[in-house]
This record gives sequence, structure tokens and C-alpha cells, in this order.
Amino acid sequence: MTSVKIVVAGGFGVGKTTFVGSVSEITPLTTEAVMTTASTGVDDLSHTPDKTTTTVAMDFGRVTLDAGLILYLFGTPGQHRFWFMWDDLIQGAIGAVVLVDTRRLADSFPAVDYFESAGLPFIVAVNGFHGDFPHALQDVQEALSISPRIPIMQCDARGRNSTKATLISLVEHAMAMQLSTR
Amino acid sequence: MFGVGRDDWDAGDPLYPAARDDFGVPGYGFAPQGPSGPVNGDPRLHDPGQRGGAEEAATLVRPYAVTGGRTKPRYQLQIEAMVAASHYEARDLSVLSPECQAILNFCRDWRSVAEISAVLRMPLGVARVLIADMAMEGLVRVHQIDHAEGRPDINLLERVLSGLRKL
Repeated sequence: MTSVKIVVAGGFGVGKTTFVGSVSEITPLTTEAVMTTASTGVDDLSHTPDKTTTTVAMDFGRVTLDAGLILYLFGTPGQHRFWFMWDDLIQGAIGAVVLVDTRRLADSFPAVDYFESAGLPFIVAVNGFHGDFPHALQDVQEALSISPRIPIMQCDARGRNSTKATLISLVEHAMAMQLSTR
Repeated sequence: MFGVGRDDWDAGDPLYPAARDDFGVPGYGFAPQGPSGPVNGDPRLHDPGQRGGAEEAATLVRPYAVTGGRTKPRYQLQIEAMVAASHYEARDLSVLSPECQAILNFCRDWRSVAEISAVLRMPLGVARVLIADMAMEGLVRVHQIDHAEGRPDINLLERVLSGLRKL
């Protein structure tokens, strides 16, 4: 039994779980990690800094691709403070889909930066809310200042076929990246 | 907090048949005990990762009590690693902790570490420690790809692509 994974990243409310759910054979499940951060104040001279914990939740779905191959899709929050989880998450991943809401483009900057510096294959999918794509893809590409080699496409996170097409683009891009580095 | 989503998978999901009977260990689960009750009851209404704060602080110690306080698994387990119960012969499973019994019950078919964590309502870190222990003891089999180059190889990607196209 073999399993592979794809990461779906994006800002708050951009439709990550909807995207995952549109193609998953199960209702997306939620797994949680407990993060402990030591918060040290400027004047804190004690050696026992206050510890605060944050629970980071990831929704994920599952797609059986053939009798011995399962694909997991992990939706993950895009903010910097969750990067500690991403190091773990991107290990061995096929790649990532960065979901973008053009009304809140800046929300996707951290994910784009992270995947670029990690060398993880990724594509950008602009989620059209109600089929509305107010910005040309080229404008989005420029605004995100990503290389023209990074595929960028429109998608409807609610639509199974759209999600399928997005995932296929990512896998093709990941293959192209591997072949080009040989 | 650790209980979100339970009603979702229990709602006649064919992948998890009779799940509640199997895992309804009395007193089992990591949900915080408090007057506030479950938070974020429906994960679909909330973006993941927005929870946190004082409420979790009270439960910091508790999840790792079942691992004897250990937070590092005995070997590295990917979140998508597949786990299945070994074919054990007449082994007395009653000596196992309720958590390990629940994992064995759930893993009669191949399940990922993520699924075990989500469905059995264990924080990911706890699930990893327990599963790694169980694998070392031969209770479960684990399949994960050893990504020598860090990424799935081209043959595997071909297979993924063809599977996606057939969906």
C-alpha cells in the first residue's frame, strides 16, 4: 500500500477545505497538532517563560487512485506562524497548490515564499468565487511576483472536475521539474 | 478541541463502518473537560489553525500522558504513512492500553497516520509516538516511501497522474 500527499495552502477562508472536499472520497477529516511556544517578554528575567499552546488544525481528504495507491490532500493555514508544521508536511510531498483569493492576494504571499525557498513544486490556483474572476491571471502572476514557469490557473474549489484538473496540473508540473533537473 | 469532526465521519461513511462501536472506549478521548464544552463544533465553519489560547493550556500535559510523556516517536513517521494491524496470533491484546487497542481496531484496513489521529481524536504527535511504538513491537505494519531524493520518483508521479485522470 503506497500513499502520497499534496499540500493545499492558502489564506483564511480561501476555500482550502472546499477544494479538498470536492474530490475527497471522505468528508474531510481534521487532525490537530499541539504547538507550544515559549513567549518571552522583553523584561522577563525568569528562566521559566510562560508557555502558550496553540492547536493547529489541518483538514485533509483521501482519494484512492488505484488498488494500491492513495492520495492525501492536506489543507494547511498559510500564515508564517504555522511554518513549523509545513517543514513536516512538505517532506516527501508531490507538491502544493496555493489557493488564491484575488480580493486578499497578500494572504498567499507567505505560502508562495515558503514553497519557493523549499524547492517544492507548486502551482497557483485562483479560486473564482461564484465563477467571478475579476483579475487576469497575468496580473495575479505579477502581483505575486512568481516566475512565469510556475503554472497559474483559475479554479472553482467547489467543482470536482476543476479540482481534478488543478491536481493534474500540479503533478504534471512536478514531473516537468524533476525531468528538467536531471 | 480534539473532538472536531467526529460526527462527520460517523455519519454513515462507508470507509469507517461501525466506527463508533469500535472506538467508543469509555472515558477515551482527549477533549478538554470544562464548562465550555466543545469548541469549533463544525470544522467546516472555521478555518483550521485559528484555534488556540488559554483553553488549550490546561490540556497541554494530558495528551502526552498516554505516551509516558514522550513527545518524540521512536522513528520518523510521515503524516501520510499507511498503518495496518499485523496478523497476530492469539496475542492477548487486553494488556494493551485503550489507545493502542483502538488503533489496532481501526487499522484492520490500511489507514494513514493522519486518519488515525483524526478519527481516534488523538493529537498528531501522540498518534505518531504510539504508532511508532506499536510498529517496533510488531503490532502494526507501516508502509511509507523512503524518499531518497526528497520527492516521489517519476514512476510514482506517472501512476498518480493516471489515477487522477481516471477519477
